[in-house]
Amino acid sequence: MIRVLSLALLICLLPSHAIDRHSILLASDELVTFSQPALRDRYHNLIYELRCPKCQNQNLADSNAPISTDMKVQVHQMLEQGLSDRQIKDHFVARYSEFVLYRPDVNPRTWLLWLAPGLLLLIGIAIIWRQFRSDRSPGRNAINGDTATTELSAQQQQRLQQLLNRESDQP
Amino acid sequence: MTQSTIRLALFVPLALFIALTVLLLKGLDRDPTELPSALIGESFPAFILPQLQDPQRLLVTEDFAGQVVLVNVWATWCFACRIEHPMLNNLAEQGVKIVGLNYKDQRGQALQWLEERGNPYWFNIVDQQGSLGFDLGVYGAPETYLVDAQGIIRHRRVGVVDQRIWDQEFSDLYRQLTAADSNIFVREKVSDQ
Amino acid sequence: MIAEVGHMALIVALCLALIQMVAPLAGTFLGHRSWMNLGYNLSLGHLLFVTIAFACLVSAFLNDDFSLKYVAQNSNTELPSYYKFSAVWGAHEGSLLLWSLILAGWSAAVALFTRHLPLVFTARALSVLAAISVGFALFMLLTSNPFERLLPVAPEQGGDLNPLLQDIGLIVHPPLLYMGYVGLAVPFAFAIAALIGGQFDSAWARWSRPWINLAWMFLTLGITLGSWWAYYELGWGGWWFWDPVENASFMPWLVATALMHSISATEKRGVFRSWTLLLAIFAFSLSLLGTFLVRSGVLTSVHAFASDPERGVFILAFLAMVVGGSLLLFALRGPAMQKVANYSGWSREVMLLINNILLVSSMTMILIGTLYPLLADVLDLGKISVGPPYFNFFFVPLMVGLLVAVGIGAFTRWKRTETGIIRQNSILPLSVSLLGALVAPLWLGPEATALSESWLSGYSMGAALSVFLALWVILVIAQDFWQKLDGRLSRFRKLSASYWGMQIAHTGLAICALGIGLSTVYDQSKELRMVPGDSAQVAAYRFELVDINQHPGPNYLAYRGEVQVYRQNQLVTVLFPEKRTYNAGGQVMTEAAIDASLTRDIYVSLGEPLPGGAWAVSLQVKPFVRCIWLGGLLLALGGLLAAGDRRYRRSRAKSQAVSPTSEVVSA
Repeated sequence: MIRVLSLALLICLLPSHAIDRHSILLASDELVTFSQPALRDRYHNLIYELRCPKCQNQNLADSNAPISTDMKVQVHQMLEQGLSDRQIKDHFVARYSEFVLYRPDVNPRTWLLWLAPGLLLLIGIAIIWRQFRSDRSPGRNAINGDTATTELSAQQQQRLQQLLNRESDQP
Repeated sequence: MTQSTIRLALFVPLALFIALTVLLLKGLDRDPTELPSALIGESFPAFILPQLQDPQRLLVTEDFAGQVVLVNVWATWCFACRIEHPMLNNLAEQGVKIVGLNYKDQRGQALQWLEERGNPYWFNIVDQQGSLGFDLGVYGAPETYLVDAQGIIRHRRVGVVDQRIWDQEFSDLYRQLTAADSNIFVREKVSDQ
Repeated sequence: MIAEVGHMALIVALCLALIQMVAPLAGTFLGHRSWMNLGYNLSLGHLLFVTIAFACLVSAFLNDDFSLKYVAQNSNTELPSYYKFSAVWGAHEGSLLLWSLILAGWSAAVALFTRHLPLVFTARALSVLAAISVGFALFMLLTSNPFERLLPVAPEQGGDLNPLLQDIGLIVHPPLLYMGYVGLAVPFAFAIAALIGGQFDSAWARWSRPWINLAWMFLTLGITLGSWWAYYELGWGGWWFWDPVENASFMPWLVATALMHSISATEKRGVFRSWTLLLAIFAFSLSLLGTFLVRSGVLTSVHAFASDPERGVFILAFLAMVVGGSLLLFALRGPAMQKVANYSGWSREVMLLINNILLVSSMTMILIGTLYPLLADVLDLGKISVGPPYFNFFFVPLMVGLLVAVGIGAFTRWKRTETGIIRQNSILPLSVSLLGALVAPLWLGPEATALSESWLSGYSMGAALSVFLALWVILVIAQDFWQKLDGRLSRFRKLSASYWGMQIAHTGLAICALGIGLSTVYDQSKELRMVPGDSAQVAAYRFELVDINQHPGPNYLAYRGEVQVYRQNQLVTVLFPEKRTYNAGGQVMTEAAIDASLTRDIYVSLGEPLPGGAWAVSLQVKPFVRCIWLGGLLLALGGLLAAGDRRYRRSRAKSQAVSPTSEVVSA
């Protein structure tokens, strides 16, 4: 009786095992699973922005060092616990210092870093604007020490512009 | 723009370059891989973890409060720890109290390791998951923390502590802290806080 | 014995360079024509001896001469011979010798191909180039000798070439990159010669242009190749990390690009003379700065050579002398340059000024970001990291501005352009680009993600922007061709090489930007735990892991997986990712398996082995990522064509036509 039952059980199990393998397309598991899809995007952003403390300039995403793996697990746990991105980052900074942030915090120590590019660009735009609006009248140019030519007649101006237009075709 | 402003402006690139050179020269003295602990001046993190010798016994920070100790993070899988071990034995003989933090290791292997190489540790905390290590900001063994009598972390060294490192980084501070510690007046003052 | 010959040759090369540094330059001040003529023979002689030194080092590697410290550290008997050859430049000392060889080559080229230019000018330029050669030769001989012996006992076996470098990419990447870095020394030398001589006219600009274009082309190729190599070699699908060493190559590229454009205005209209000279100085200075950053140990990088403070001090001193000296010369000579700015409004000059500003701003931003951790450390502000989030934050908007400007620039005229012309020329490309940009993500989104969501959800503004910018540039170019041809195909022949170069390069830029934008937005990846027999779906593709087994290689042992990739049940490809452990050093490398096509790359790599016979597998589908490097190749092609323009060909007749003002000898 028992033998018949066990045989029957085996027979039942075999085909279902076969079915398991082929019918489920996603038999493989994601290494890191999330209770909500939004957490997955935040996870990817965080491991991209956090630095591996031990490696030669790599973020957590690209690094296989043991400490990176540990930190990724921590990030995952904290996300599932419902902490905000800011809280998670602060958590790491408290333990590993600001070194682990690839996007430096904005504080008095990093004002120069965050403001300098913008300031430089503003200076550049000011230079461009000045040239864009510059007045080409001869009197004004003389004051600037410009060696611009003497006045041209209207016909000469037109001829000059024609020549220049032709030249513009050549890089 | 007047002529003299232009003349002056032409020197700006040179001035900026000189500033850059000074920065780079100073930078040559620095080590970009050296990462000071984020916990300098902070209290040693709270923990409840088993002891190596007696796993039933759970340890907490209070177990080494009141004295100046070194907390040494080590593991049997850590190659550099073998190199560091004789130095630790040496320090222990001189009377330095060393608390071991056995980091992500196997108990049996750790015990055997100490058996073979000598045990400089006052006692060993078993941190199998690495949770205390994480709270400390540990990123690779061996690491050594100098903790004062009030439980404040004063210094951390990542890497092997040899005689040279001890003399350069720990020795003076250790002496300073133990002298203060032995001063009863100071201890009373602190316990009021 | 051979190593000693090499060492001697290097010393002789140094001596020749020393003479070349002093004599021709002195000759220009003293009026000794014979001294000025020395530059030609000296530079050829210098090239000969550096080549001999290099050949000796190559021979040492190929013959496994482990008595040489450098060979012992970087080679191994098991190494295949083509890697033994490339191991010559695999580490610090040998790469310096490669630098010197390439510099000697460029100097000789200058000597050979500038016979039609005024002797005074070329003599000075050759002296400057020799000064740089002297610096590098001294650096090698005093601190980093590749021929240093390990005596008395030579090891039986060497260390090994870092497995990361055992790849075709390494054989080609550094030489190409160095051709670019070092090539920028030529416009630098020309700029110094011009400053010394007090001549800044358009003739100088015309002489410099082909050299700049060539150096720029090599640098473009080197960076493109480096990015592609990182992509397939490192195993996780990234292609740019804003790593300090990468930035060290990108900054000179940005400045060289600005230089290429600025010098066009200097040649045509005599404007931007101080800009152009300064850019020429900056471009090479950034090359030298890069050399310093990579070898001194002040910054952490995956690419850095082993560092040594002594070497750092030497390079810094050299950098200070070369760059400081040239900037001082610039400041002193500057007032001699008269301003001739007489353009305004929408003019090509203003567009090129915008170009200069955007590129220089980008370069400065990257410099600040790269050096800020060092600055913070030196000022005791703590250890701060600056990484991709920072760089991308600023770089993307700057590049958006640049791409818009590239389009507008195509139809502006010198001096002044009527706003009517701007409006007229932009209306068609603008409207088609906007339309295309709005519509494209509707099709691209579902195509890339293979999700049958409604066509509105998952719409990407980033993708729309990328498509807009690319279409804008390409359509403006197409329109320009159309207008030039004016209905007559015969006009095709009349278009100059530099025109073709410009249009192809700008097209390449557009395609590169498209690739960057779309691959970033639509990248799909999954990290899974898989056992043989498992399958998974990523975007429109189904991946089936058939098997993983062991597979020995020439100097490593690999775990090799077989992954079949299906799309709608049709087999697309079979991929074989590997995890290799190298015999000599035990290093573990990930060899990704890639199925490449213009519209998408399929990227599979093995992670770590997991309990239960499973493996962590990374499956990625990366749409349009190949466009990035295709764009890079087109950029380089554009540079090559521009360099070959008939205007720059040397000819005796032309040299007579050179204006008298260019014959000015310094006062």
